[in-house]
Amino acid sequence: MNSLFKRVASPIRLGSKDVRGLFVVVVLLAVLPLFLSGFGLTIATVALMFALMGTGWNMMGGYAGQFSFGHAAYFGIGAYSVAVLLTKYLLSPWVGLLIGGLLAALFGLLTGFLSFRYKLRGPYFALATFAFAEMLRLLASSSSFINKSIGIHIPLVGGDDWARIQFEDTRRNSYFVILFLLVLALATTVWMVRARVGHYMVAIRDDEDAAAALGVNPLRYKLIAVALSGFFTALAGGFYVQYFLFIDPDLAFGALVSIQILLRPIVGGVGTIWGPLVGAGVLSLLGEWTRALVRQPPAFLGFLQGVNGLDGMLFGAILIAVIIFAPDGVVGVVRRIRARAHR
Amino acid sequence: MTETNVATRGRSGSRNSRIALVVFGVAALALLAWVTGWWESHHTIFAQVMVSGLLIGSVYSLVSMGLSLVFGVLDIINFAHGALMSVAMYVAFVLARSYGVDPYLSLLVTIPLMFIIGVFVQATIINPVMDAPLHSQLLLTLGLSLFIQNLLLVLFTGTPRSIELPYASGSLGLGLVTLDFPFRLFGAVVTLPKAIAFIVSLLLAGALFLLLQRTRLGTAIRAAAQDPEGAELVGIDVRRVYLVTFGIGAASVGAAGSLILPFFFVSPTAGETFNIIAFVVVVLGGMGSIRGALAGGFLIGLTQELTQLFVPGSSKLIGVFALFILVLLLRPEGLFGSRT
Repeated sequence: MNSLFKRVASPIRLGSKDVRGLFVVVVLLAVLPLFLSGFGLTIATVALMFALMGTGWNMMGGYAGQFSFGHAAYFGIGAYSVAVLLTKYLLSPWVGLLIGGLLAALFGLLTGFLSFRYKLRGPYFALATFAFAEMLRLLASSSSFINKSIGIHIPLVGGDDWARIQFEDTRRNSYFVILFLLVLALATTVWMVRARVGHYMVAIRDDEDAAAALGVNPLRYKLIAVALSGFFTALAGGFYVQYFLFIDPDLAFGALVSIQILLRPIVGGVGTIWGPLVGAGVLSLLGEWTRALVRQPPAFLGFLQGVNGLDGMLFGAILIAVIIFAPDGVVGVVRRIRARAHR
Repeated sequence: MTETNVATRGRSGSRNSRIALVVFGVAALALLAWVTGWWESHHTIFAQVMVSGLLIGSVYSLVSMGLSLVFGVLDIINFAHGALMSVAMYVAFVLARSYGVDPYLSLLVTIPLMFIIGVFVQATIINPVMDAPLHSQLLLTLGLSLFIQNLLLVLFTGTPRSIELPYASGSLGLGLVTLDFPFRLFGAVVTLPKAIAFIVSLLLAGALFLLLQRTRLGTAIRAAAQDPEGAELVGIDVRRVYLVTFGIGAASVGAAGSLILPFFFVSPTAGETFNIIAFVVVVLGGMGSIRGALAGGFLIGLTQELTQLFVPGSSKLIGVFALFILVLLLRPEGLFGSRT
């Protein structure tokens, strides 16, 4: 009985133990660059970027139960906001990040309102988010204001510039920027889950009609989740542009981006604060491992040399395996093992 | 119409008024075009748009019927539908390129092969999670699609390929009449591969329709769609029905893959566009409605061509997605579906 209760209740609970754990992890992440350089640092930076997107997705898909297959919409809005504001209006990416986040939140509110207004739920809602993202991709590809499908290059200023979030000599600083943004997202999640808002969201996720009958306004709390989720996912998009110095409609709004965003929290554990972090870590290591394998395969796998698509195959297989064998993700598996040990 | 709606129960009362509204709208637009003289200057290109739209629409219908069937019976939005289509395209491509098999003859391979692959996929990875929440199955097909696409990338690289049909332009004797391809219909160009795709798609769609309506298997499929427990009670092996259904869904894209090969590029993501369009068609026609998918395919074919006519320089899909979002928001049960 006790273990059953634990399994049902645990995804919602976020005890002070978890918060302390998060604090420790963030400190560890902050000192990680001391031991990394060059390529390792890039991998870590990208992993944190995925963790940020995943944390954003998790607010809506995990806690509020509104599965999104179109988070590329928010990511792309963030990315293009930074790129356009910088290249056309010479505004600092910091301003771009904020504006991009707000625009994405606004877009989320608008599309979310339309969707929820017409009672789109479950798979229908997922399809709607997908359609909105595709729509943005097509619009971006045909809008000459943002260079159509050619995309936007961010000019390199050279040297280190905190105002432009460009670091030529100390790539380490980029790492700290994304860590800072991730901490913002994590702190917001902790606040959300512990506050009344989060409880309402989880109630709506578990049974929307019951929650509504108890006086919770589903529309309002679903929209709050969408707006927060959009905001933080857009931050990752803005960071992406300043890090890779290039964006085009497919990189911003493509269906693959949406998949990449939801992959981490699902592998890690949907609706848990650890999920996106664990998922980003695991998948980054696996991705690097396959890439290394393809670069220099062992003798018996020689035919894999330089082959494209192996990491995609692996990610697809992982997604399938996770859904079949561990639908609650790595975090869920760890919890089950621990629950068994405690018994 | 209830007997064809595999997913929906009950029927809609206002069907006639809806048809009347559509007819009235089309008539009003036609009148406007005629009065303003737009018709005078545009009728050739308009004919081309209509013909092209209907030709490609038939393929969309075929692809969408498979997707709709899977949705209606298994309650799964199959994100791997397009990836399976890419597989079929590569099978037909390899047969044509390496063994000189005519792409239309390869239908005899792709349809049964894709059926078997579909059954295998359902048996090994989807059946185990049939009782899991909806999004699990959705993600599963997403993972499958990612896997298949990248497998194709590993096997064939991402370079788009195509084949030439040696007899694409020439004449075709049909007893009394001889058709020169590409021939003209009301001033619109019709190429041979598209004409064949149109006819064969319609035939296959009709066959699928009859299969669902007139056979014991079809009855079992519809029963399992309406009420799995009830079907189980009267002795239908629902799990097996699921296998067959997913197989039929895959077979429909198998056929489509062979049919479009002569006028389409093959790449690992070639089927993706069709997958996306099939989503639109299925939502438009009403999830699970076979008749809706048939009609929706043509409607989307026309929409995409009309988009190009009225919004030149943009992607064909913009109009399609605009329509999609509109329908999703205003009539999520689809134009031909009924509220449940």
